[in-house]
Amino acid sequence: MENNDIKPKKEKVPRQKMPEQDPKVRVRNFNEVPTGYTEEIAMTEAKRCIQCKKPGCITGCPVDVDIPGFIGLIAEGKFVEAALKLKGTNALPAVCGRVCPQEDQCEKFCILGKKGEPVAVGRLERFAADYERNTGKVTIPPRAKSVGKKVAVVGAGPSGLTIAGDLVKLGYDVTIFEALHKAGGVLVYGIPEFRLPKAIVEAEVDYLQKLGVKIETNAVIGRLKTVDELFAEGFNAVYLAVGAGAPVFMNIPGENLSGIYSANEYLTRSNLMKAYRFPEYDTPIVRGKKVAVIGGGNVAMDSVRTALRLGAETATIVYRRTEVEMPARIEEVHHAKEEGVQFQLLTNPVEYIGNKEGWVTGLRCQRMELGEPDQSGRRRPVPVAGSEFVIPADTVVVSVGTMANPIVPATTPGLETNKWGYIVAKDASGQTSREGVYAGGDIVTGSATVILAMGAGRQAARAIHEYLTRS
Amino acid sequence: MNRIIVKKDLSENVVQMVLEAPAIARKRKAGQFVILKMDEKGERIPLTIVDSDAEAGTLTIIFQVVGKSTAALAKMKAGQSLSDLQGPLGNPTEIENYGRVVCIGGGVGVGVVYPLAAALKKAGNHVTSIIGARCKSLLILEEEMKKVSDKLVVTTDDGSYGFHGFVSAVLQQMIDAGEKIDRVFAIGPVPMMRVLCNVTRPHGIKTIVSLNAIMVDATGMCGACRVSVAGETKFTCVDGPEFDGHAVDFDLLASRLRMYLDQEKQSMEAYRCQCHGK
Repeated sequence: MENNDIKPKKEKVPRQKMPEQDPKVRVRNFNEVPTGYTEEIAMTEAKRCIQCKKPGCITGCPVDVDIPGFIGLIAEGKFVEAALKLKGTNALPAVCGRVCPQEDQCEKFCILGKKGEPVAVGRLERFAADYERNTGKVTIPPRAKSVGKKVAVVGAGPSGLTIAGDLVKLGYDVTIFEALHKAGGVLVYGIPEFRLPKAIVEAEVDYLQKLGVKIETNAVIGRLKTVDELFAEGFNAVYLAVGAGAPVFMNIPGENLSGIYSANEYLTRSNLMKAYRFPEYDTPIVRGKKVAVIGGGNVAMDSVRTALRLGAETATIVYRRTEVEMPARIEEVHHAKEEGVQFQLLTNPVEYIGNKEGWVTGLRCQRMELGEPDQSGRRRPVPVAGSEFVIPADTVVVSVGTMANPIVPATTPGLETNKWGYIVAKDASGQTSREGVYAGGDIVTGSATVILAMGAGRQAARAIHEYLTRS
Repeated sequence: MNRIIVKKDLSENVVQMVLEAPAIARKRKAGQFVILKMDEKGERIPLTIVDSDAEAGTLTIIFQVVGKSTAALAKMKAGQSLSDLQGPLGNPTEIENYGRVVCIGGGVGVGVVYPLAAALKKAGNHVTSIIGARCKSLLILEEEMKKVSDKLVVTTDDGSYGFHGFVSAVLQQMIDAGEKIDRVFAIGPVPMMRVLCNVTRPHGIKTIVSLNAIMVDATGMCGACRVSVAGETKFTCVDGPEFDGHAVDFDLLASRLRMYLDQEKQSMEAYRCQCHGK
């Protein structure tokens, strides 16, 4: 048994904060909110890691990053080596360092977290990846020897990019087919610039292309070519990572009034089409003065913070449960509050009100209270009788989730889907009901996280490699 | 890729382009559309595929200059390339031998109804086409429509050519004369489609319209193009673009099409200043 009492007391170094833009300033620009660790801060933070013999953090990571390994290198000032160590297992470290929910993964298992605050794994990951990119010290590993087999990846989001990187390193000829005009999936259309600068995604995609991955944009599989046609063209396996791209609406009266967006549309206009720079960019977006965002997830936080940056005077989250049940990351909620977002909790819209031009003017809402727990284990919100009131709004963003896009399943005979339209995978390998067809990410799990989609890509890469080695 | 092979002005503000797009040309069916994007900063613009040639690997599109994006597109020349071209999108027209069909196109909508008329004719239908424009100089595709129709009626609002009046008056006359009509395909400005649906509704003549809702991704991801059909919300891009006209809420479509009028003006003004500055 350890005897903690007789150990000499070391001065405790606190978890290092990342410098951030001042909320009053950042709420009027789209630049990234945290500016990242300096070399000194990174080394100070890295030295907090006690290099456990049996590191819990790795078990919390969906892609098994050697966390103590890369942190140890940062502590020694070997930043480029740290980045290379990360890239050994994680194709997109600059992205993951920013958008992974570390508090539920690696950092949750950090031993330091038991008594104090865990090592800031995400911030260190971001630092190492940024250091490598910004200093131009990115090295391209030599091309793997070709195994003479072709794999088609459908969708250039986190899952598709990950599997493409893994398979190209194993010597496969990999082509990603992306429906939109730019690769990145949710990283480019969904997550705003102030949380994930698009230049970073471009650099990661560029790196994959340098590894030998081919990317065909504007290629809607199911329309331009079917999965069967991909096989006919000579692909030996297909990985479907098309995401859960279809928006969910609540089907309440007035939801099609002008000024009401799905979060997908609002964010796609702003992020992918750069409507926040209209008219320099051609795609317009409504710059509402009173904006209401329905929902309590990360996408809702992204939407409401975008609304503020587009010039909203009031930007309000309308969520039917309480802050405790909100699915958004604590950090996102915290940032939103700092920036002046208002929260109407235990509130649910029942109808949208419009003017004679067909433009939304407000939401008729009900107050809710929490009742018995539902299947998700969260207490179910129930309406309070006679509690209706109106929230004035000229712009509304509906962010209550997404569902499966049916284009690929509908055009792929024999591909089993469940009752919600998600593709059924036999197990973690992503193997579907069709031989040689694998699937992963949101199209299998429903809306989840970037890192889980990447984890699925990693596992499917192993499965496809095994399948193609065998056949 | 996406090279403009031929560019032709069909009227003072309507332009036809033949684009190099072999993969899309192979797959495309009547009624489908493409999204095109001119350059890095451009909008994603949905346009119906008017015609295609699988052997030559080309597509034909027709568009009207209505705002900044289409004005800039109209300035592009043969030999230049669009940055992006995505398709074929949307559901193809349900082509069958219905018997006697009437294909109606108004303004630039003639370009949209042309491939339907051609496919319907090929499927054995008796095709009567009615095409209209504000005046003679704005009329497009008369010769092409003649080739794919058993009968062609041309109308102009000002009487400068053909029948003096709206396309709906011609359809009304056909109905009043007791002509047998099994199905109508009506494509043009929202007010025109609304009126045509009102003409056919009392007679129970199935009327298919093709809607031009505002779109962004056009693959069912954003919902910008939602319309109400028989009281249900549908996405024009993946559920359409063609719907039963008698069930479409045209008021909603018209009001949603006005959503960006202010921004469109702003964009056009900025573009004009820029052009004059050069």
